[in-house]
Amino acid sequence: MNNHKPSGFFYQPNTIRWILRIFYALCVLLVLADFIVHRHILTNIEKIPAFYALYGFVACVILVLIASQMRKFLMRDEQYYDTDSSESITEKAEVNHD
Amino acid sequence: MTELFLSFPPFLLFYIGAFALVFLRGAVASAVTIFIPVLSFVVLLYWPHGEFFNYSLMGMDLVLVKIDKLSLLFAYLFHLAALIGGIYALHVKDKVQQIASLAYVGSGIGAVFAGDWISLFIFWELLALTSVFLIWASRTPSSYQSGMRYLVVQVLSGVLLFAGALLLIHQTGSVEQGVLELNSLSAWLIFIAIGIKCGFPFLHSWITDAYPESTPTGTVFLCALTTKVAVYALARNFAGEELLITIGLVMACFPIFYAVIENDLRRVLAYSMINQIGFMVCGIGIGTEMAINGAVAHAFNDVIFKGLLMMSMGAVLYRVGHVNGSHLGGLYKSMPKTTVLCIVGAASISAFPLFSGFVSKSIIMLEMLEAGHTVGWLLLLFAAAGVFHHAGIKIPFFAFFAHDSGLSVKEAPINMVVAMGIGASLCILIGSYPSILYSLLPFPMDYSPYDVTHVLTQLQLLFFSALAFVWLNMKGLYPPELPSVNIDADWLYRRLAPAVIVWIKEVVEKGYTLVIRLTSYTTSAGIKWLARYSEPQSLLARGWAIHFMLIALMLMMIIVLLFNYLRQI
Repeated sequence: MNNHKPSGFFYQPNTIRWILRIFYALCVLLVLADFIVHRHILTNIEKIPAFYALYGFVACVILVLIASQMRKFLMRDEQYYDTDSSESITEKAEVNHD
Repeated sequence: MTELFLSFPPFLLFYIGAFALVFLRGAVASAVTIFIPVLSFVVLLYWPHGEFFNYSLMGMDLVLVKIDKLSLLFAYLFHLAALIGGIYALHVKDKVQQIASLAYVGSGIGAVFAGDWISLFIFWELLALTSVFLIWASRTPSSYQSGMRYLVVQVLSGVLLFAGALLLIHQTGSVEQGVLELNSLSAWLIFIAIGIKCGFPFLHSWITDAYPESTPTGTVFLCALTTKVAVYALARNFAGEELLITIGLVMACFPIFYAVIENDLRRVLAYSMINQIGFMVCGIGIGTEMAINGAVAHAFNDVIFKGLLMMSMGAVLYRVGHVNGSHLGGLYKSMPKTTVLCIVGAASISAFPLFSGFVSKSIIMLEMLEAGHTVGWLLLLFAAAGVFHHAGIKIPFFAFFAHDSGLSVKEAPINMVVAMGIGASLCILIGSYPSILYSLLPFPMDYSPYDVTHVLTQLQLLFFSALAFVWLNMKGLYPPELPSVNIDADWLYRRLAPAVIVWIKEVVEKGYTLVIRLTSYTTSAGIKWLARYSEPQSLLARGWAIHFMLIALMLMMIIVLLFNYLRQI
């Protein structure tokens, strides 16, 4: 929106790096735990090692890829349904600073 | 004192409150909006199970109030929603919204307590009539039109319910609600009527159309009631209906695709609401006691965590003026409390252990597997991963983090923060001590969500869904937030139907003009032709010689003779 440099704790490259490192480490630990903990299961599919991790990852990638493709035929501009098209978000904006 | 309060139906206090608000002003009016839910809740605790307020209408014996565990749970829930919503809306001085929200909650409570079809129908329509004012309260042209569409759809649902109920009463002679089989027109009519309010596929778009058009506070009430009344009606009347499993799975899966590409964050929540109702519908379709418990428990939790998320987005809307993901980001710096509370809601809807979604969603998934629907279970698992993706990550990430939009606003007003705080506390409380909720469920529960397998598998699912988000973002594959509108089922009646009508109008108009032209052309041609032969000395006007007349007469007679001769043979 405007060209100022992002400031704040969560915009420091170091912070982001550390958050991601911890996150990756947790992911690895969760997969390792799968081999230690004896899961009680109800279906054969669940026998696949780290099934839930794999499924979660693949499901979300497929979800996002299909959704992006859907944009090609579903997306219209913001005023698509506006009959009198006199409204845009800037005009509608009603900000409250009490 | 209690006898006085028990002498009128449990929903009446809300209507009295709404009526009183007409005459009250300022702080007193605001106080009434939160005093009524509290008072009514206390009174409700004294109500025993059973049937009350029998009345007779056109020869039918009706029951205005029927209290059992199922209806009581929903009534508690609506009281809770009214209280949280009331606190959230304390700063609002708009009389229309205050009155509409109290009357709306009263109608919801009336609907779940309705002991027969006719009473249910009355509250069903009252829900529509009272809630539409919360949409119109935005007072924008688009909210007006959206409210109109909402009203048409809701009233249609009521008409179908009424038609179905009358047919059913005619067939069975009983006005009582109970488990129906989908084998008659009446049952189908009722099924579709409930389906509209429940957001079945293709009947759902009023939710995503109207809810984001309401005011920041109005949406909080809207998302708590109408759809949950429908879930209640399904649980009461269609438990164990196989078709519901398929419908529920579609509802759980398709909205998440829309949610990923939607830019208006309140609309994202509306899609995720359909997704969550999908889980409940599946549970009702499975129909075992455990599954119904799961569905009802999930409805309870959904009202709280979806309300919390809606409130956090409402706070952003209130401060920033819009909730378009494309123009937000970095708000955690100016709205830290809202950020944290939103994340609690996000964790709850995503079913993180220790948060409320975890203790209810898993019951439905487990029952799906036990009923032998492995594919259905895989789809629900997909939906569970998807909901984390769009509601758990997308909402907080694009609003409060993502790219720094440079927006600098104030923290949400104190009453909003308190309301969100109550919601968040309930999410954590129910998530950590599920037995509180389990004890309120209609059937006895023997289930513990906290075992090692469940916690581990759920964490794996969620963390790797998050990993997918991180990976897609780094690869630049994640669809950016774009100011846009995505075509959904409402396109059918907002674009296709009007286009068809315009087309029909044009065809009729063209046909009409053609007929008019042809008639006038033939008439004028005929007149001209007659005129030409009527001019002086023309064929018809000039004098004829006598022998011409004789020849003509003879020819005529020959023709007549021939005709008669041919007729003889």
